Amino acid sequence: MELTFAWTAVVLMVITSAGLLFVRDWRWNIILLAIQYLGMFVLTLQHWPIGMASVKVVAGWMSAAILGMTRSGLSEGASAGERLGPRGRLFHLFAAATVVLIAAVVTPAVDTIMADAGFPVTNGGLLLIGMGLLHLGITARILQVAIGLMTVLSGFEILYSAVEGSVLVAALLAVINLGLALVGAYLLIAANAQKTESL
Amino acid sequence: MNAPTLWIIFPIGLGILLLFINNQRFLSLVGGSIAVILAAIAQFVPIEVALRVGSLSLRLDSGITILGRSLMIPPTEGSLLALIYGAAALWFFGAEASRTATRLVPLGFMIIALMVASIAVQPFLYAALFIEMAILLAIPMLTSIYRPPGRGVVRFLIYQTLAMPFILLAGWLLAGVEASPGDLALTAQSAAMLGMGFAFLLAIFPLYSWIPLLIEENSPYLVGFLLWILPTITIIFGAGFLDRYSWLRSSPQLILALRYVGLLMVVTGGAFAAFQRHLGRIMAYGSIAETGFSLLSLSLDLNLGIPILFLLIPARALGLAVWSLSLTIIKENVETMRFGEARGILRVTPLAGAGMIIATLSAGAFPLLAGFPSRLALWEGLSRESVGAALWMAIGIAGLLISAFRSLAVISMADEYTAWTARESFTQMTMLGLGMIGLFLLGLFPQAVHFFLANLPLMFEQLGR
Repeated sequence: MELTFAWTAVVLMVITSAGLLFVRDWRWNIILLAIQYLGMFVLTLQHWPIGMASVKVVAGWMSAAILGMTRSGLSEGASAGERLGPRGRLFHLFAAATVVLIAAVVTPAVDTIMADAGFPVTNGGLLLIGMGLLHLGITARILQVAIGLMTVLSGFEILYSAVEGSVLVAALLAVINLGLALVGAYLLIAANAQKTESL
Repeated sequence: MNAPTLWIIFPIGLGILLLFINNQRFLSLVGGSIAVILAAIAQFVPIEVALRVGSLSLRLDSGITILGRSLMIPPTEGSLLALIYGAAALWFFGAEASRTATRLVPLGFMIIALMVASIAVQPFLYAALFIEMAILLAIPMLTSIYRPPGRGVVRFLIYQTLAMPFILLAGWLLAGVEASPGDLALTAQSAAMLGMGFAFLLAIFPLYSWIPLLIEENSPYLVGFLLWILPTITIIFGAGFLDRYSWLRSSPQLILALRYVGLLMVVTGGAFAAFQRHLGRIMAYGSIAETGFSLLSLSLDLNLGIPILFLLIPARALGLAVWSLSLTIIKENVETMRFGEARGILRVTPLAGAGMIIATLSAGAFPLLAGFPSRLALWEGLSRESVGAALWMAIGIAGLLISAFRSLAVISMADEYTAWTARESFTQMTMLGLGMIGLFLLGLFPQAVHFFLANLPLMFEQLGR
């Protein structure tokens, strides 16, 4: 039963992380990010007690809310020119499929290194790291960069939860997630400052 | 009272309070004075020793426990704290002259405290988390909310954030290597993880593209502060790995890797600096070469290399402070810091021009300047190990010296009969003057800092003893 839940979470994360690559509407981006944190919670739960694992999802949702609230206060013009053409979509699809494939292939080897964390945990972690890096590689927009970094960190946190159960580390990682969202929000406002002035 | 409260929690609290103050002079004076006091306490008040003040007995404990883990500042780290807070005082006092005090002093205190926490946290592998928090705080320090962030800031955030997972995973793998030292695959994996983590953190070639971008886009003084504190503490953190793991320390491959990477940084830093046509980018490549020197010192016999590593720290702090303050003042008087725009600027900002040239020469190991003694010792040590490596280091140094002479030629190339109209303020002239005197004093009397540096290797259990 637990394993089914874990694999469901992995499938959910494939959808959300790929969706983050394709969708350009910031509202959907925030929703997908929040769902991604839910998947992360399920995978973290494989090794951590529910109390500690829920720190991840609460911090993640708060981070998503910070980014969403900041973005909602900015003009719609801030996301102009973000639409992907058919070729762009095809490229993103191909790149995402490659990441999913690579994550699937290296999962057994990495699982051995990560003290047999479990295939779903290792696969989910690698998938988010790969998708996050892909995200960082193909965008320079502040919101996407913040989401990309948070995705990479989520993947790492899933893997790390299998080998480290320290409360201090969990707290510091939550602080870093929130800090990253706050920095993303700060940069979003700063990036929009000139656009507002020039309008 | 305990040491982590005094040197970590208090500065963070102070930084938060100072965020609400807008007076440049007040912030600079208060910040600098408090940093001096913290440095003096670190140097002169022993940790874990009861002191009698009249009828009172005071004792500074070395540790504090937070969520089951501890922050520990042992008595042997007092000199390092004195050096860090002493150098911080230098930066804070100069902040008024660069008109960056409102951002540098409050956030600078918090960043320094987090970097100190990264050295103090036990287990020491968690340091990466504190370094990441310092990086996040650096973003509002570098950028204004009223100006769009440049590519350099975004790249800085990405590269430095990616370092943290690598270091944390490497730490976990290293614990496995300790348990089973014969496992070569695990050893290779942990070394690769560690290498990647430090490559991102120290901005090793080719991951240093954000440094020139950052200086072009932001105040050179703020970037200079980061280019001082981040690599300095990261190198000490890295040396902690060598101290703790004997297999790393005794690995000839790692020593060679450190040497090649260090040389790559020095040579590329020097060569790129020589060909730049932007005064800010020259400083960026100068700081990259400085990191290369630090890595090279770790590749020597560590009984020699560790004292050289510590000797590099004060010269780097003072050199970068003078360099970045000079550039900030020059930037106020020109549209951009490109050679074309900065032509003849020496007649407008004579002390800033002189400060920039002297700091560049110091980075290039020019005799009688602060950078000379440490680089000479490094060069001598390196030549004993490999003449080829010493020659490559000379090429890097030659590049830095060429960049200094090119800059001098550009800033002094004014039209004929152009009048000397010094536009620097009294504070700017005072700070630059003191900084340049300091660069000469450190070069002429390197033994003056011996008082601080002599006990620094004691912070390691194995290195430099």
